[in-house]
Amino acid sequence: MFDFLEGYDVLGAFWMTVKLTALSALGSLVWGTLLAAMRVSPVPLMRGFGTAYVNIVRNIPLTVIIVFSSLGLADVFGMTLGASDDFAAQGFRLAILGLAAYHAAFVCEAIRSGINTVPMGQAEAARAIGLSFSQTLRLVVLPQAFRSVIGPLANVLIALTKNTTVAAAIGVAEAAYLMKKMIENEAQTLLIGVVFAFGFVVLTLPTGLILGWLGKRLAVKR
Amino acid sequence: MSSVLYDSPGPRARRRNVVLSVVFLVLLALALWWVWQKMDDKNQLRWPLWEPFTTSEAWTTYLLPGLGNTLKAAALAMVIALPLGAFFGISRMSEHRWVRVPAGVVVEFFRSIPVLLLMLFANEVYARSSGVSSEDRPMYAVVTGLVLYNASVLAEIVRAGILALPRGQTEAAYAIGLRKGQTMTSILLPQSVTAMLPAIVSQLVVIVKDTALGGVMIGYAELLTARSTLAANYANVIPSFIVVAIIFIAVNFLLTSFASWLEGRLRRSKRSTGAVLGAEKVEDLNPAGVSGSFGTGTGGGGI
Amino acid sequence: MKLRKITAATAAVLALGLAATACGSSDDDSDSGSSASSGGGGKIKVGIKYDQPGIGLKEPDGSFSGFDVDVATYVAKQLGYEPNQIDWVETKSADRETAISRGDVKFIAASYSINDERKAKVDFAGPYLLAHQDLLVKTDSDISKGTDLNGKKLCSVTGSTSAQNIHDTIAPKAQLKEYSGYSECIAALQNGAVDAVTTDDSILAGFAAQDKYKGQFKLAGLKLSNENYGIGLKKGDSATLGKINDALTKMVSDGSWQKAVDANFGPANYKNDPAPKIGDIVK
Repeated sequence: MFDFLEGYDVLGAFWMTVKLTALSALGSLVWGTLLAAMRVSPVPLMRGFGTAYVNIVRNIPLTVIIVFSSLGLADVFGMTLGASDDFAAQGFRLAILGLAAYHAAFVCEAIRSGINTVPMGQAEAARAIGLSFSQTLRLVVLPQAFRSVIGPLANVLIALTKNTTVAAAIGVAEAAYLMKKMIENEAQTLLIGVVFAFGFVVLTLPTGLILGWLGKRLAVKR
Repeated sequence: MSSVLYDSPGPRARRRNVVLSVVFLVLLALALWWVWQKMDDKNQLRWPLWEPFTTSEAWTTYLLPGLGNTLKAAALAMVIALPLGAFFGISRMSEHRWVRVPAGVVVEFFRSIPVLLLMLFANEVYARSSGVSSEDRPMYAVVTGLVLYNASVLAEIVRAGILALPRGQTEAAYAIGLRKGQTMTSILLPQSVTAMLPAIVSQLVVIVKDTALGGVMIGYAELLTARSTLAANYANVIPSFIVVAIIFIAVNFLLTSFASWLEGRLRRSKRSTGAVLGAEKVEDLNPAGVSGSFGTGTGGGGI
Repeated sequence: MKLRKITAATAAVLALGLAATACGSSDDDSDSGSSASSGGGGKIKVGIKYDQPGIGLKEPDGSFSGFDVDVATYVAKQLGYEPNQIDWVETKSADRETAISRGDVKFIAASYSINDERKAKVDFAGPYLLAHQDLLVKTDSDISKGTDLNGKKLCSVTGSTSAQNIHDTIAPKAQLKEYSGYSECIAALQNGAVDAVTTDDSILAGFAAQDKYKGQFKLAGLKLSNENYGIGLKKGDSATLGKINDALTKMVSDGSWQKAVDANFGPANYKNDPAPKIGDIVK
């Protein structure tokens, strides 16, 4: 029944999905945290930049961002990310860049809502003992904020896992790319769909469950 | 604007902020200048590439029909997904196991599959076993994919919104003799709608954006597809992408502004009746997942 | 009090819904003339491409141009339909067989090359053009044969078999970039991000012949494959098949065919093969 899978590297394609997810998750976490810091910082210009970035990036379809990272960044601006002669690696890196840039906006908003849950007294106490803005943020507020936004961050991670499928638009050989190819060549379309849907359920359900459990465990009890 | 995260700036801090602002501005300007230079180098700024967007033909022949299709699919998906989402969200809180479990399974299943796959899948199903003509099929597939996914996300938003209400509300409703259905429709839903609104709106923005997936994968003639027809004509791929991105930003900005206006109105009208919770609480609880769902952004920093 | 809250809530939901539908419907009427939902009334529905210059292109004024369009117009005329009786329908590559077998279009002329797989599902009139897989390169490029592509960068559309063929057999060291449309590839070629674009020479010639690109690109003239463009129509409709074949024969004999080729591909150094004989498929 599943002999149509022969000759296709389904596991390899999903491995690519996993790699895309992991690396862009890391990137969006770092960049998103920085953006959140900018949005609460004392420098008005940085606040403005953070707000503008989030509101612009959030409202553009991911497809446009991904295609533009290849068509614009790589082709026009020459930002080939150290892989100007290897298109497979270049597409992979550009996809990660686009995914990270897009999801950072959501990570930023999640963290900012987390910062909002930290009681005022915490920051006031931190300032009272003479901590600077960055110390207050790094040592007192963010550690508490992160623990309370594990749930929302998990949701961003799940969305990110699924959104890696958009990378197929610039020819990154991940799951959706292979699926489209298989649909064109094989007859059992519906079965192919089921296999790939199952693959994504396997990838995303545990993420949600584990992080949900972790979020409950780590939540700051108040 | 004051914030508890930092003291109101004194003379030194103010000077430092100015320096930081200037450095930041210079870096930003450098980046923009570099972008401008590169675009110029590659001849992307030549007027002939941008000129088409000043003609009415580019809009009436390509962009507006594309935008119309984008909005049509998005509107249909919203109108179907909102009630469906509410239905599944409420079903998931049912006291009957046989209602709760299937609803939960459906929601979790469709939430964990990429919309892209749902669309491809729906397209195949319609092509094989329905009388939908090939002109309408892409739209049916796009709307189906969007509805399945977003209804399940909206279901979670509704559920979280209702769960965030204090238990006392339900108890009080039962105490005065309301039935379960009445409690839901006259006590719980009205109170939680304001709080859910930001999350719902973010989800509606996601719907608008995700119609673009239908263009790339199954050839629905939405804005992005219209862009490719346009670019084939005017040979202006990069400018066309920029223009389309701006259109998307504008549409979504209108959507979110309308929602914050509505939210403000709803909240103001509720103040007299004693609102039970602020939106912030639901935002924290919001399981909406998706491509982000955290409020329409109230701007400004500080805790 | 209670009532007011409910109304507020319902109003919220309704307003969202209404706002959404209002946005949608306000733009509906701007729908282009491409809609082909009006059956009957002496109209004929013809499937073409909308985004391939020289083959089938939707012009800014809403009209259509290209070689396939010219052929389809000529054929329709022979079938008894004036140009204003033709309803053009966009048929994407993946959709062509379904559109025909469902009867959504009468026939399709959309760079549709005849092969056995497709012949099992639809009937083909023609061929009316013999195209070849080729490379489009910059005018000053030194790529002249397939093996020159080793170490060079090649662009094609996502999932295209033609690009994969080059990569697998002719130039294994070529780098392959994929975009969802040819215009993106052409833009990359213009920017110098890739060295060549590959697909059928007719499509490439159409792009190269565009005003904005005139003089910038040339065809390498490699003839890597034979693509016999045919007109697809419903399986078993032999009456129409015969009429279309007669129309195509007539188009060649009265010179309209050559005129259409010159008009659409002319400026791109495109050396077309002579008009193929009906039913004469070059493998």
